[in-house]
Amino acid sequence: MTITVAGNKKEVADNLTVAQLIVDENVETPEYVTVTINDEFVKSGTFEETTLKDGDVVEFLYFMGGGQ
Amino acid sequence: MIKLTKSDFEKILAHAVKELPDEACGLIAGTVEDGNKEIKKVYLLTNIDHSNEHFSLDPKEQLEAIKDMRKNGFVPLGNWHSHPESPSRPSDEDKRLAFDSKASYMILSLMDRENPVLNSFKITGDTAEKEGLVIE
Repeated sequence: MTITVAGNKKEVADNLTVAQLIVDENVETPEYVTVTINDEFVKSGTFEETTLKDGDVVEFLYFMGGGQ
Repeated sequence: MIKLTKSDFEKILAHAVKELPDEACGLIAGTVEDGNKEIKKVYLLTNIDHSNEHFSLDPKEQLEAIKDMRKNGFVPLGNWHSHPESPSRPSDEDKRLAFDSKASYMILSLMDRENPVLNSFKITGDTAEKEGLVIE
């Protein structure tokens, strides 16, 4: 199936999970990453059971914060 | 080296002053050529911590900003935030939460309200290095 990750179309295995996609994409500091699928935020802790569908658009949002 | 237009600097400054006493924050995007970054657009985001000592970008606004960058052909260059009461240098927390060694982390100090100071840093681990910033 074809999905779009961070603006790039990719061929991936059917029923790929978000957790596996994070591994495949070599996402750094995954514990600080929020994932959206078709603009919907995926609840943290559900990456293992969330599967992707053909045509899904995925974004990885890296936590950005700090303090003075 | 990273370039910022004077009008974008003014935009950041106005937003940071408006958000006082809280820290203000946002994203920067633009182009990279031969290692030189040029900021083409600054994004003013909500600090969801609503704190004068911490900031976290609103993820929904972050998503919209990323989509807007892509639409305009820009790449994410980093982020900016203000220090209402401390100098323009990364705090320990800023360094701990800086995950991208290629990103530019801009910090606007409003410690001296009459003389705001903006610097840009590269952060790797607990080491922060100031990068050349041109405002014109």
